[in-house]
Amino acid sequence: MALLEVEGLEAQYGWTKVLHGLAFAVEEGGITTILGANGAGKTTTLRAVCGMVKTAGEVRFDGHRIAGRATEDIVRLGIAHVPEGRGTFMQLTVEENLRLGAYARRGRGTLAGDLRRVVEYFPVLGERRGQIAGSLSGGEQQMLAVARALMLRPRLLLLDEPSLGLAPLVVREIFRIVRAINREERVAVLLVEQNAAMALDLADHAYLLETGRVVMSGPAGDLKKDDAIRRSYLGY
Amino acid sequence: MDIFVQQVVSGLSTGGIYGSLALALVMIYQATDVVNYAQGEMAMFSTYLAWTMINAGLPYWVAFFATLTVAFVGGLLIERVVIRPVERAPLLTIVIVCIGLLVILNSVAGWIYSYIQKPFPSPFPEKPIQIGNVFFGAHDIGALGVTLVVLLFLYVFFRYTTLGLAMRAAAQNPTSSRLCGIRVGWMLGVGWGLAALVGAVAGMMVAPVVFLDPNMMAGILIYAFASATLGGFTSPLGAVVGGLLVGVIENLVGTYVSFIVTELKLTVALAVILIVLVVKPSGLFGRVAVHRV
Repeated sequence: MALLEVEGLEAQYGWTKVLHGLAFAVEEGGITTILGANGAGKTTTLRAVCGMVKTAGEVRFDGHRIAGRATEDIVRLGIAHVPEGRGTFMQLTVEENLRLGAYARRGRGTLAGDLRRVVEYFPVLGERRGQIAGSLSGGEQQMLAVARALMLRPRLLLLDEPSLGLAPLVVREIFRIVRAINREERVAVLLVEQNAAMALDLADHAYLLETGRVVMSGPAGDLKKDDAIRRSYLGY
Repeated sequence: MDIFVQQVVSGLSTGGIYGSLALALVMIYQATDVVNYAQGEMAMFSTYLAWTMINAGLPYWVAFFATLTVAFVGGLLIERVVIRPVERAPLLTIVIVCIGLLVILNSVAGWIYSYIQKPFPSPFPEKPIQIGNVFFGAHDIGALGVTLVVLLFLYVFFRYTTLGLAMRAAAQNPTSSRLCGIRVGWMLGVGWGLAALVGAVAGMMVAPVVFLDPNMMAGILIYAFASATLGGFTSPLGAVVGGLLVGVIENLVGTYVSFIVTELKLTVALAVILIVLVVKPSGLFGRVAVHRV
Protein backbone atom coordinates (compact mmCIF):
# COMPACT_ATOMS: atom_id res chain seq x y z
CA MET A 1 0.00 0.00 0.00
CA ALA A 2 1.31 3.43 -0.93
CA LEU A 3 1.68 6.19 1.69
CA LEU A 4 -0.46 8.62 -0.29
CA GLU A 5 -3.11 7.35 -2.68
CA VAL A 6 -5.23 9.67 -4.78
CA GLU A 7 -8.14 8.61 -6.97
CA GLY A 8 -10.61 10.61 -9.04
CA LEU A 9 -9.42 13.87 -7.51
CA GLU A 10 -11.36 16.92 -8.66
CA ALA A 11 -10.93 20.50 -7.51
CA GLN A 12 -12.53 23.79 -8.36
CA TYR A 13 -12.17 27.50 -7.71
CA GLY A 14 -15.64 29.01 -7.77
CA TRP A 15 -17.26 27.63 -10.92
CA THR A 16 -14.02 26.72 -12.63
CA LYS A 17 -13.00 23.11 -12.43
CA VAL A 18 -9.21 22.81 -12.37
CA LEU A 19 -8.62 19.10 -11.77
CA HIS A 20 -10.56 16.43 -13.65
CA GLY A 21 -10.19 13.13 -11.85
CA LEU A 22 -6.49 12.71 -11.07
CA ALA A 23 -5.05 9.44 -9.83
CA PHE A 24 -1.53 9.12 -8.46
CA ALA A 25 0.39 7.67 -5.56
CA VAL A 26 3.47 8.34 -3.44
CA GLU A 27 5.27 5.33 -2.01
CA GLU A 28 6.54 5.25 1.57
CA GLY A 29 10.00 6.83 1.49
CA GLY A 30 9.76 7.49 -2.25
CA ILE A 31 10.01 10.65 -4.34
CA THR A 32 7.22 11.35 -6.80
CA THR A 33 7.13 14.34 -9.08
CA ILE A 34 4.26 15.97 -10.91
CA LEU A 35 5.34 17.88 -14.00
CA GLY A 36 3.41 20.21 -16.21
CA ALA A 37 3.24 23.65 -17.74
CA ASN A 38 1.87 26.76 -16.06
CA GLY A 39 -1.81 26.32 -15.28
CA ALA A 40 -1.79 22.53 -15.62
CA GLY A 41 -3.07 22.21 -12.06
CA LYS A 42 0.14 21.27 -10.22
CA THR A 43 -0.23 23.71 -7.33
CA THR A 44 -3.93 22.95 -7.06
CA THR A 45 -3.10 19.25 -6.73
CA LEU A 46 -0.93 19.89 -3.69
CA ARG A 47 -3.51 22.26 -2.24
CA ALA A 48 -6.19 19.64 -2.74
CA VAL A 49 -4.17 17.03 -0.83
CA CYS A 50 -3.96 19.49 2.10
CA GLY A 51 -7.61 20.42 2.05
CA MET A 52 -6.95 23.99 0.96
CA VAL A 53 -9.41 23.94 -1.96
CA LYS A 54 -12.83 22.47 -2.49
CA THR A 55 -12.33 18.92 -3.70
CA ALA A 56 -14.12 15.75 -4.65
CA GLY A 57 -12.64 12.27 -4.92
CA GLU A 58 -10.57 10.00 -2.76
CA VAL A 59 -7.37 10.95 -0.93
CA ARG A 60 -5.90 8.37 1.44
CA PHE A 61 -2.89 8.89 3.67
CA ASP A 62 -1.50 5.80 5.34
CA GLY A 63 -4.78 4.08 4.55
CA HIS A 64 -7.01 6.76 6.14
CA ARG A 65 -9.38 8.99 4.19
CA ILE A 66 -8.26 12.60 4.49
CA ALA A 67 -10.32 14.25 1.74
CA GLY A 68 -12.65 16.85 3.19
CA ARG A 69 -10.77 17.24 6.46
CA ALA A 70 -9.44 20.58 7.71
CA THR A 71 -5.90 21.59 6.71
CA GLU A 72 -4.81 21.81 10.36
CA ASP A 73 -5.89 18.20 10.95
CA ILE A 74 -4.22 16.89 7.80
CA VAL A 75 -0.95 18.58 8.79
CA ARG A 76 -1.14 16.95 12.21
CA LEU A 77 -1.07 13.52 10.53
CA GLY A 78 2.44 14.29 9.31
CA ILE A 79 2.02 15.98 5.93
CA ALA A 80 4.21 19.06 5.64
CA HIS A 81 3.48 21.44 2.76
CA VAL A 82 6.04 23.92 1.46
CA PRO A 83 3.65 26.21 -0.37
CA GLU A 84 3.97 28.22 -3.54
CA GLY A 85 5.64 31.50 -2.57
CA ARG A 86 7.27 29.79 0.46
CA GLY A 87 4.77 31.04 3.07
CA THR A 88 7.43 32.75 5.16
CA PHE A 89 6.33 34.59 8.31
CA MET A 90 8.11 37.74 7.18
CA GLN A 91 7.99 39.73 10.44
CA LEU A 92 9.10 36.85 12.67
CA THR A 93 12.66 35.71 13.24
CA VAL A 94 14.16 32.68 11.52
CA GLU A 95 14.04 30.75 14.78
CA GLU A 96 10.39 31.68 15.39
CA ASN A 97 9.56 30.46 11.88
CA LEU A 98 11.20 27.14 12.69
CA ARG A 99 9.44 26.85 16.06
CA LEU A 100 6.11 27.34 14.29
CA GLY A 101 6.97 24.41 12.05
CA ALA A 102 7.04 22.18 15.12
CA TYR A 103 3.79 23.63 16.53
CA ALA A 104 1.54 20.70 15.63
CA ARG A 105 3.99 17.99 16.51
CA ARG A 106 3.58 15.89 19.61
CA GLY A 107 6.49 15.60 22.05
CA ARG A 108 7.73 19.18 22.12
CA GLY A 109 10.53 18.34 24.54
CA THR A 110 13.02 17.77 21.76
CA LEU A 111 12.53 21.12 20.06
CA ALA A 112 16.15 22.15 20.65
CA GLY A 113 17.38 18.87 19.18
CA ASP A 114 15.21 19.32 16.09
CA LEU A 115 16.46 22.87 15.62
CA ARG A 116 20.03 21.57 15.69
CA ARG A 117 19.26 18.76 13.24
CA VAL A 118 17.53 21.09 10.78
CA VAL A 119 20.32 23.63 10.98
CA GLU A 120 22.77 20.87 10.08
CA TYR A 121 21.02 20.59 6.70
CA PHE A 122 20.87 24.37 6.31
CA PRO A 123 23.87 25.90 8.14
CA VAL A 124 23.02 29.37 6.82
CA LEU A 125 19.80 29.36 8.87
CA GLY A 126 21.83 28.78 12.01
CA GLU A 127 23.87 31.89 11.27
CA ARG A 128 20.70 33.90 10.68
CA ARG A 129 18.73 32.46 13.61
CA GLY A 130 17.82 35.78 15.26
CA GLN A 131 17.27 37.69 12.03
CA ILE A 132 13.83 38.76 10.76
CA ALA A 133 12.84 36.24 8.08
CA GLY A 134 11.74 38.98 5.67
CA SER A 135 15.35 40.10 5.39
CA LEU A 136 16.53 36.75 3.98
CA SER A 137 17.30 36.28 0.28
CA GLY A 138 14.92 34.25 -1.88
CA GLY A 139 17.12 31.18 -1.70
CA GLU A 140 17.45 31.43 2.06
CA GLN A 141 13.69 31.83 2.41
CA GLN A 142 13.18 28.68 0.33
CA MET A 143 15.60 26.86 2.62
CA LEU A 144 13.72 28.22 5.63
CA ALA A 145 10.46 26.95 4.16
CA VAL A 146 11.85 23.43 3.72
CA ALA A 147 13.44 23.56 7.17
CA ARG A 148 10.16 24.73 8.71
CA ALA A 149 8.37 21.81 7.10
CA LEU A 150 11.02 19.44 8.39
CA MET A 151 10.40 20.63 11.97
CA LEU A 152 7.06 18.81 11.83
CA ARG A 153 8.98 15.52 11.46
CA PRO A 154 6.68 14.75 8.55
CA ARG A 155 6.16 11.41 6.83
CA LEU A 156 5.31 13.18 3.61
CA LEU A 157 6.79 16.42 2.30
CA LEU A 158 4.90 18.38 -0.36
CA LEU A 159 7.14 20.75 -2.31
CA ASP A 160 5.62 23.38 -4.58
CA GLU A 161 8.14 24.61 -7.17
CA PRO A 162 11.14 25.03 -4.89
CA SER A 163 13.17 26.24 -7.89
CA LEU A 164 10.94 29.20 -8.73
CA GLY A 165 12.86 32.45 -9.10
CA LEU A 166 16.15 31.09 -7.77
CA ALA A 167 19.64 30.96 -9.29
CA PRO A 168 20.58 27.54 -10.76
CA LEU A 169 23.33 27.03 -8.18
CA VAL A 170 20.91 27.59 -5.30
CA VAL A 171 18.36 25.27 -6.90
CA ARG A 172 20.94 22.52 -7.20
CA GLU A 173 21.86 22.96 -3.53
CA ILE A 174 18.23 22.73 -2.42
CA PHE A 175 17.59 19.62 -4.52
CA ARG A 176 20.69 18.01 -3.05
CA ILE A 177 19.42 18.65 0.46
CA VAL A 178 15.94 17.35 -0.37
CA ARG A 179 17.52 14.11 -1.55
CA ALA A 180 19.56 13.89 1.66
CA ILE A 181 16.46 14.51 3.76
CA ASN A 182 14.56 11.85 1.84
CA ARG A 183 17.27 9.26 2.46
CA GLU A 184 18.28 10.08 6.01
CA GLU A 185 14.88 10.92 7.49
CA ARG A 186 12.88 8.45 5.39
CA VAL A 187 10.51 11.23 4.37
CA ALA A 188 8.45 10.63 1.24
CA VAL A 189 8.39 13.59 -1.15
CA LEU A 190 5.76 14.82 -3.57
CA LEU A 191 7.44 17.43 -5.76
CA VAL A 192 5.71 19.73 -8.19
CA GLU A 193 8.05 21.37 -10.69
CA GLN A 194 8.40 23.23 -13.94
CA ASN A 195 12.10 22.43 -14.01
CA ALA A 196 11.48 18.97 -15.42
CA ALA A 197 15.12 17.99 -15.90
CA MET A 198 16.05 18.45 -12.25
CA ALA A 199 12.79 16.96 -10.99
CA LEU A 200 13.22 13.80 -13.10
CA ASP A 201 16.78 13.38 -11.82
CA LEU A 202 15.55 13.50 -8.25
CA ALA A 203 12.33 11.50 -8.46
CA ASP A 204 11.77 7.80 -8.84
CA HIS A 205 8.24 8.17 -10.18
CA ALA A 206 6.73 10.90 -12.35
CA TYR A 207 3.35 12.08 -13.62
CA LEU A 208 2.75 14.54 -16.41
CA LEU A 209 -0.21 16.87 -16.00
CA GLU A 210 -2.01 18.73 -18.79
CA THR A 211 -5.03 20.95 -18.04
CA GLY A 212 -5.94 19.01 -14.93
CA ARG A 213 -5.49 15.49 -16.29
CA VAL A 214 -2.66 12.96 -16.01
CA VAL A 215 -1.53 12.35 -19.58
CA MET A 216 1.52 10.20 -18.85
CA SER A 217 3.09 8.46 -15.90
CA GLY A 218 5.81 5.98 -15.10
CA PRO A 219 9.28 5.59 -13.57
CA ALA A 220 11.17 8.90 -13.79
CA GLY A 221 13.93 7.31 -15.88
CA ASP A 222 11.46 6.19 -18.55
CA LEU A 223 9.82 9.61 -18.80
CA LYS A 224 13.20 11.19 -19.19
CA LYS A 225 13.89 9.08 -22.27
CA ASP A 226 10.48 9.76 -23.82
CA ASP A 227 10.77 11.81 -27.01
CA ALA A 228 7.62 13.86 -26.48
CA ILE A 229 8.63 14.79 -22.94
CA ARG A 230 12.12 15.67 -24.04
CA ARG A 231 10.92 18.00 -26.79
CA SER A 232 8.16 19.71 -24.77
CA TYR A 233 9.57 19.86 -21.28
CA LEU A 234 13.30 19.27 -21.35
CA GLY A 235 14.04 21.39 -24.40
CA TYR A 236 16.66 19.34 -26.25
CA MET B 1 6.86 73.30 38.16
CA ASP B 2 5.08 71.23 40.83
CA ILE B 3 1.81 71.57 38.96
CA PHE B 4 3.56 70.52 35.77
CA VAL B 5 4.92 67.30 37.32
CA GLN B 6 1.57 66.56 38.90
CA GLN B 7 -0.25 66.99 35.62
CA VAL B 8 2.24 64.83 33.74
CA VAL B 9 1.89 61.98 36.24
CA SER B 10 -1.88 62.13 36.28
CA GLY B 11 -1.75 62.36 32.46
CA LEU B 12 0.35 59.21 32.33
CA SER B 13 -2.21 57.49 34.54
CA THR B 14 -5.23 58.25 32.35
CA GLY B 15 -2.95 57.81 29.33
CA GLY B 16 -2.23 54.28 30.47
CA ILE B 17 -5.96 53.60 30.42
CA TYR B 18 -6.33 55.09 26.92
CA GLY B 19 -3.32 53.07 25.88
CA SER B 20 -4.79 49.82 27.23
CA LEU B 21 -8.02 50.29 25.34
CA ALA B 22 -6.06 51.37 22.26
CA LEU B 23 -3.98 48.20 22.59
CA ALA B 24 -7.17 46.13 22.69
CA LEU B 25 -8.31 47.83 19.48
CA VAL B 26 -4.94 47.29 17.80
CA MET B 27 -4.73 43.62 18.83
CA ILE B 28 -8.02 42.88 17.11
CA TYR B 29 -7.26 45.13 14.14
CA GLN B 30 -3.90 43.41 13.58
CA ALA B 31 -5.43 39.95 13.69
CA THR B 32 -8.61 40.48 11.73
CA ASP B 33 -8.52 43.95 10.08
CA VAL B 34 -11.62 44.75 12.13
CA VAL B 35 -11.95 47.91 14.20
CA ASN B 36 -14.02 46.75 17.15
CA TYR B 37 -16.25 49.71 17.94
CA ALA B 38 -17.80 47.71 20.79
CA GLN B 39 -14.47 47.49 22.66
CA GLY B 40 -15.44 50.30 25.04
CA GLU B 41 -18.88 48.89 25.79
CA MET B 42 -17.38 45.45 26.42
CA ALA B 43 -15.11 47.10 29.00
CA MET B 44 -18.05 48.99 30.51
CA PHE B 45 -20.05 45.78 30.84
CA SER B 46 -17.11 44.01 32.51
CA THR B 47 -16.84 46.90 34.97
CA TYR B 48 -20.52 46.48 35.91
CA LEU B 49 -19.86 42.80 36.58
CA ALA B 50 -17.02 43.80 38.91
CA TRP B 51 -19.35 46.31 40.61
CA THR B 52 -21.98 43.59 41.12
CA MET B 53 -19.42 41.24 42.67
CA ILE B 54 -17.95 43.92 44.95
CA ASN B 55 -21.47 44.92 46.05
CA ALA B 56 -22.20 41.28 46.82
CA GLY B 57 -19.35 41.48 49.32
CA LEU B 58 -16.40 39.97 47.45
CA PRO B 59 -12.99 41.50 48.24
CA TYR B 60 -11.84 43.94 45.54
CA TRP B 61 -9.01 41.86 44.08
CA VAL B 62 -11.10 38.66 44.01
CA ALA B 63 -13.75 40.54 42.04
CA PHE B 64 -10.99 42.03 39.85
CA PHE B 65 -9.56 38.68 38.77
CA ALA B 66 -12.98 37.04 38.48
CA THR B 67 -13.97 39.90 36.15
CA LEU B 68 -10.87 39.36 34.03
CA THR B 69 -11.76 35.68 33.65
CA VAL B 70 -15.36 36.43 32.69
CA ALA B 71 -14.20 39.18 30.29
CA PHE B 72 -11.78 36.78 28.59
CA VAL B 73 -14.41 34.09 28.13
CA GLY B 74 -16.97 36.69 27.05
CA GLY B 75 -14.64 38.16 24.42
CA LEU B 76 -13.83 34.69 23.11
CA LEU B 77 -17.54 33.80 22.90
CA ILE B 78 -18.39 37.06 21.12
CA GLU B 79 -15.78 36.26 18.47
CA ARG B 80 -16.91 32.65 18.05
CA VAL B 81 -20.66 33.36 18.06
CA VAL B 82 -21.13 36.86 16.66
CA ILE B 83 -18.05 37.72 14.59
CA ARG B 84 -17.18 34.34 13.11
CA PRO B 85 -20.30 34.04 10.93
CA VAL B 86 -19.42 37.35 9.25
CA GLU B 87 -15.65 36.77 9.15
CA ARG B 88 -15.52 36.67 5.35
CA ALA B 89 -18.25 39.25 4.83
CA PRO B 90 -17.46 42.69 3.40
CA LEU B 91 -15.82 45.10 5.86
CA LEU B 92 -18.95 47.24 6.15
CA THR B 93 -20.96 44.23 7.38
CA ILE B 94 -18.47 43.61 10.19
CA VAL B 95 -18.45 47.29 11.13
CA ILE B 96 -22.26 47.23 11.39
CA VAL B 97 -22.10 44.07 13.52
CA CYS B 98 -19.63 45.76 15.89
CA ILE B 99 -21.81 48.86 16.15
CA GLY B 100 -24.81 46.62 16.77
CA LEU B 101 -22.87 44.95 19.56
CA LEU B 102 -22.09 48.40 20.99
CA VAL B 103 -25.75 49.41 21.04
CA ILE B 104 -26.89 46.08 22.51
CA LEU B 105 -24.31 46.06 25.31
CA ASN B 106 -25.08 49.69 26.14
CA SER B 107 -28.85 49.12 26.25
CA VAL B 108 -28.63 45.90 28.22
CA ALA B 109 -26.38 47.57 30.79
CA GLY B 110 -28.82 50.49 31.04
CA TRP B 111 -31.74 48.08 31.36
CA ILE B 112 -30.13 46.04 34.14
CA TYR B 113 -28.30 48.75 36.03
CA SER B 114 -30.12 51.96 34.96
CA TYR B 115 -28.39 55.03 33.53
CA ILE B 116 -27.80 56.61 36.94
CA GLN B 117 -24.11 57.11 37.72
CA LYS B 118 -22.71 54.87 40.44
CA PRO B 119 -19.51 55.31 42.42
CA PHE B 120 -16.93 52.58 41.78
CA PRO B 121 -14.31 51.81 44.42
CA SER B 122 -10.59 52.20 43.92
CA PRO B 123 -8.37 49.54 45.50
CA PHE B 124 -5.85 52.24 46.37
CA PRO B 125 -5.86 54.54 49.43
CA GLU B 126 -7.56 57.93 49.23
CA LYS B 127 -4.69 59.75 50.87
CA PRO B 128 -2.41 61.32 48.28
CA ILE B 129 1.21 60.28 48.11
CA GLN B 130 3.71 63.03 48.85
CA ILE B 131 7.09 63.05 47.12
CA GLY B 132 9.14 66.13 47.97
CA ASN B 133 6.52 68.85 48.13
CA VAL B 134 4.43 67.43 45.29
CA PHE B 135 1.25 65.42 45.93
CA PHE B 136 0.21 62.56 43.67
CA GLY B 137 -3.18 60.83 43.71
CA ALA B 138 -2.68 57.28 44.99
CA HIS B 139 -5.21 56.01 42.45
CA ASP B 140 -3.29 57.68 39.61
CA ILE B 141 -0.06 55.96 40.62
CA GLY B 142 -1.81 52.65 41.34
CA ALA B 143 -3.73 52.63 38.04
CA LEU B 144 -0.53 53.37 36.15
CA GLY B 145 1.15 50.47 37.97
CA VAL B 146 -1.69 48.05 37.17
CA THR B 147 -1.62 49.10 33.52
CA LEU B 148 2.12 48.53 33.30
CA VAL B 149 1.80 45.07 34.89
CA VAL B 150 -0.87 44.11 32.33
CA LEU B 151 1.31 45.34 29.48
CA LEU B 152 4.30 43.40 30.80
CA PHE B 153 2.16 40.28 31.07
CA LEU B 154 1.02 40.67 27.45
CA TYR B 155 4.56 41.30 26.25
CA VAL B 156 5.88 38.15 27.94
CA PHE B 157 2.91 36.14 26.69
CA PHE B 158 3.29 37.15 23.04
CA ARG B 159 7.07 37.14 23.02
CA TYR B 160 7.96 33.99 24.92
CA THR B 161 5.08 31.48 24.85
CA THR B 162 4.25 29.07 22.06
CA LEU B 163 0.59 30.10 22.11
CA GLY B 164 1.60 33.77 21.85
CA LEU B 165 3.86 32.96 18.90
CA ALA B 166 1.06 31.01 17.20
CA MET B 167 -1.28 33.97 17.67
CA ARG B 168 1.19 36.36 16.09
CA ALA B 169 1.66 33.91 13.23
CA ALA B 170 -2.09 33.52 12.71
CA ALA B 171 -2.48 37.30 12.55
CA GLN B 172 0.32 37.70 10.00
CA ASN B 173 -0.20 34.80 7.68
CA PRO B 174 -3.31 32.66 8.23
CA THR B 175 -2.63 30.33 5.29
CA SER B 176 0.89 29.46 6.39
CA SER B 177 -0.32 29.11 9.96
CA ARG B 178 -2.86 26.46 8.94
CA LEU B 179 -0.04 24.62 7.19
CA CYS B 180 1.79 24.61 10.53
CA GLY B 181 -1.26 23.01 12.11
CA ILE B 182 -2.38 26.17 13.95
CA ARG B 183 -6.14 26.45 14.48
CA VAL B 184 -6.39 30.01 13.20
CA GLY B 185 -10.05 30.51 14.14
CA TRP B 186 -9.37 29.73 17.78
CA MET B 187 -6.35 32.02 17.80
CA LEU B 188 -8.62 34.88 16.72
CA GLY B 189 -11.06 33.92 19.48
CA VAL B 190 -8.30 33.97 22.09
CA GLY B 191 -7.19 37.35 20.70
CA TRP B 192 -10.69 38.76 21.24
CA GLY B 193 -10.68 37.27 24.74
CA LEU B 194 -7.36 38.93 25.61
CA ALA B 195 -8.50 42.24 24.15
CA ALA B 196 -11.65 42.05 26.28
CA LEU B 197 -9.49 41.31 29.32
CA VAL B 198 -7.26 44.33 28.70
CA GLY B 199 -10.38 46.46 28.17
CA ALA B 200 -11.83 45.23 31.46
CA VAL B 201 -8.71 46.38 33.29
CA ALA B 202 -9.04 49.79 31.65
CA GLY B 203 -12.72 49.96 32.64
CA MET B 204 -12.08 49.07 36.28
CA MET B 205 -9.21 51.56 36.53
CA VAL B 206 -11.10 54.46 34.95
CA ALA B 207 -14.46 53.89 36.68
CA PRO B 208 -13.38 55.40 40.05
CA VAL B 209 -12.46 58.58 38.14
CA VAL B 210 -15.38 58.99 35.72
CA PHE B 211 -18.02 57.09 37.74
CA LEU B 212 -19.83 54.01 36.50
CA ASP B 213 -22.59 54.45 33.95
CA PRO B 214 -23.42 52.76 30.64
CA ASN B 215 -21.93 55.63 28.63
CA MET B 216 -18.74 55.97 30.62
CA MET B 217 -16.49 54.48 27.89
CA ALA B 218 -17.78 56.60 25.00
CA GLY B 219 -15.26 59.40 25.62
CA ILE B 220 -12.51 56.96 26.59
CA LEU B 221 -12.99 55.09 23.31
CA ILE B 222 -12.42 58.30 21.36
CA TYR B 223 -9.21 58.91 23.32
CA ALA B 224 -8.25 55.30 22.58
CA PHE B 225 -8.81 55.92 18.87
CA ALA B 226 -6.63 59.01 19.13
CA SER B 227 -3.95 56.94 20.89
CA ALA B 228 -4.04 54.12 18.36
CA THR B 229 -3.95 56.61 15.48
CA LEU B 230 -1.03 58.49 17.02
CA GLY B 231 0.92 55.28 17.64
CA GLY B 232 0.01 53.84 14.26
CA PHE B 233 -2.83 51.34 14.08
CA THR B 234 -0.44 48.51 13.24
CA SER B 235 1.79 48.74 16.32
CA PRO B 236 0.90 47.45 19.81
CA LEU B 237 3.81 49.38 21.32
CA GLY B 238 2.65 52.45 19.42
CA ALA B 239 -0.85 52.15 20.89
CA VAL B 240 0.55 52.22 24.44
CA VAL B 241 3.01 55.05 23.79
CA GLY B 242 0.29 56.92 21.91
CA GLY B 243 -2.04 56.49 24.89
CA LEU B 244 0.50 57.86 27.35
CA LEU B 245 1.20 60.82 25.06
CA VAL B 246 -2.48 61.60 24.54
CA GLY B 247 -3.07 61.45 28.32
CA VAL B 248 -0.22 63.87 29.01
CA ILE B 249 -1.10 66.22 26.14
CA GLU B 250 -4.72 66.32 27.25
CA ASN B 251 -3.75 67.27 30.81
CA LEU B 252 -1.14 69.85 29.86
CA VAL B 253 -3.41 71.53 27.33
CA GLY B 254 -6.19 71.54 29.93
CA THR B 255 -3.88 73.19 32.47
CA TYR B 256 -1.97 75.70 30.41
CA VAL B 257 -4.33 76.65 27.58
CA SER B 258 -6.92 78.83 29.25
CA PHE B 259 -9.83 78.37 26.83
CA ILE B 260 -9.66 74.52 26.97
CA VAL B 261 -11.97 73.88 29.91
CA THR B 262 -13.03 70.36 30.96
CA GLU B 263 -15.92 70.32 28.50
CA LEU B 264 -13.55 71.01 25.62
CA LYS B 265 -10.92 68.42 26.57
CA LEU B 266 -12.31 65.75 24.24
CA THR B 267 -11.61 68.13 21.37
CA VAL B 268 -7.92 67.54 22.05
CA ALA B 269 -8.37 63.87 21.15
CA LEU B 270 -10.10 64.74 17.90
CA ALA B 271 -7.42 67.31 17.12
CA VAL B 272 -4.74 64.63 17.66
CA ILE B 273 -6.54 62.24 15.27
CA LEU B 274 -6.89 64.97 12.63
CA ILE B 275 -3.30 66.21 12.88
CA VAL B 276 -1.83 62.69 12.72
CA LEU B 277 -3.96 61.73 9.73
CA VAL B 278 -2.90 64.87 7.87
CA VAL B 279 0.78 64.94 8.81
CA LYS B 280 1.77 61.28 9.23
CA PRO B 281 -1.12 58.88 8.53
CA SER B 282 0.91 55.79 9.50
CA GLY B 283 1.41 57.19 13.03
CA LEU B 284 4.61 57.22 15.05
CA PHE B 285 5.31 53.48 14.96
CA GLY B 286 3.05 52.20 12.19
CA ARG B 287 3.99 50.60 8.92
CA VAL B 288 2.63 52.07 5.74
CA ALA B 289 0.05 49.64 4.45
CA VAL B 290 0.74 48.47 0.93
CA HIS B 291 -2.14 46.96 -0.96
CA ARG B 292 -1.69 45.15 -4.20
CA VAL B 293 -4.36 46.18 -6.65
